[in-house]
Amino acid sequence: MNEGKATRRWKRPPLIANPTLRWTLWVGTAIYLAFAFGTMEVNWQRVAEGTERGQRFLASFFPPDFTSRWDSILEGILESMWMTITSTVVGIILSIPVGLGAARNLAWRPVYLFCRGILAVSRTFPEIILAIFFVKLFGFGPFAGFLALSVGTIGFYGKLLAEDIEDMDPVQAEAIKSVGARWLQWLNYAVQPQVMPRMIGLGIYRLDINFRESAVVGIVGGGGIGATLLTAFDRYEFDSAAAILLVIIGIVMVLEYTSGYIRKWVQ
Amino acid sequence: MPVKEIAGQKVWQRRTTRMQFAVWFGWLLGVAIFVYCWRLISDKTIWFFVTDAPNQAADMAERMVPPKWSYMNELWIPVWDTINIATLGTLMAIIIAVPVAFCAARNTTPSRHFVRPVALFIIVSSRSINSLIWALMLVTMIGPGVLAGVIAIGLRSIGFCAKLLYEAIEEIDETQVEAIVATGAKRSQQLSFGIVPQIMPAFAGITVFRWDINIRESTVLGLVGAGGIGLQLDSSISTLAWTQVSLILLVILATVIVSEWVSAKIRHAII
Repeated sequence: MNEGKATRRWKRPPLIANPTLRWTLWVGTAIYLAFAFGTMEVNWQRVAEGTERGQRFLASFFPPDFTSRWDSILEGILESMWMTITSTVVGIILSIPVGLGAARNLAWRPVYLFCRGILAVSRTFPEIILAIFFVKLFGFGPFAGFLALSVGTIGFYGKLLAEDIEDMDPVQAEAIKSVGARWLQWLNYAVQPQVMPRMIGLGIYRLDINFRESAVVGIVGGGGIGATLLTAFDRYEFDSAAAILLVIIGIVMVLEYTSGYIRKWVQ
Repeated sequence: MPVKEIAGQKVWQRRTTRMQFAVWFGWLLGVAIFVYCWRLISDKTIWFFVTDAPNQAADMAERMVPPKWSYMNELWIPVWDTINIATLGTLMAIIIAVPVAFCAARNTTPSRHFVRPVALFIIVSSRSINSLIWALMLVTMIGPGVLAGVIAIGLRSIGFCAKLLYEAIEEIDETQVEAIVATGAKRSQQLSFGIVPQIMPAFAGITVFRWDINIRESTVLGLVGAGGIGLQLDSSISTLAWTQVSLILLVILATVIVSEWVSAKIRHAII
């Protein structure tokens, strides 16, 4: 018994139980990291030069310059907001038929596959790549950004709506069907009440995401505050850039707080 | 229950009259805001370009096929860079996010009134700035290249990882920690034997999930000069080399699908 005490010690169980797999993973990670760091080209001289510029940028946050470019900041922010609101509304309206079609328990098989295809395609490309193409097609300005955000919204909202419908309680749906409801009535009284609370919350969440994204589609010419920010950086007007960033952070925080509040209130 | 009497017969109503008016008013207000915003956007749009867009799209599609497959030889290194940006950025994020998450969780924070608000502020400010904006700032500061991309992805992901992680820490089963405390464990031992094993699956899941998102985001960082395949995309678009653009889009599509598959597999294995 005493001998056993010396040799047998408790060891914490590892996360991955299989030792071969665990060691392969460790060695693989080490090799990968060595390669990754080895192939990364870093111009340290440029980095050293940049620290001075970085300090200047950080210093310009105290105090940021809101006044000298205020007109263009305000215009950019308002444009971003219009884009956010319209693209969220249009995106959600368009995503409802797609979402209904992409729910397995609702749609006919070919329709299901077609709608799932639409969702997959619109979800794969980041909004910013969509924005590049819409700028090419529709010209510079908020319309291109609006379209890019709408397509992004369709992918996001349609997928979650479809999943929510697939998860709904079939008993309620059957009860409505058994009283002789038509298809539209069935949707309205059996499906809609079940998915509505969550979907309202997600709609507000998407509004939040769309505002964040609307701040970057401007970088590729899609209108909004991003364009103003890019110009400020290109001219090395760091104090104006700092002001724009603070405005963005402020609005995002307000939006996140309100959306959290509304979601709590709805559910 | 609101019941209305119509011609001597009681009819069930969904809402009271006042509620009905309030709902209608809400809809009216919403529609008015939407129409107003739409007017402002439409004023800034040149509608001739919009009506011409189908022709443009057809033209562009025609120029994009067939993809220039030989260009693939020049794309392997950017793809490798893109994956590195996402992976190393995620790595950097989790290294910073773990202490931040422990400081932000109500049950592990060293000080509720001082450290916790600071940690929460770090989380919020990291989350509210898009990685492309982080990249824009870093490229002006430390110059274009992969390093700026890695740091941009890292800074953006700290908030995301720390937020999900601290929520996981707050949801742990306290009785297990109590059992460890009862054996006389020190505070660091409580952490590593009571809390860490409970959040490990969540931690791994969050990391893989964020890595998947980061692959998507790192494909576009090149647009502002922060390395990866976005650089090639940008230069191909500005030189109107549409056959290269279509190949790059296919490569991005493939990378995203593969990363999604990998992350789904890993998460499935953990949970």
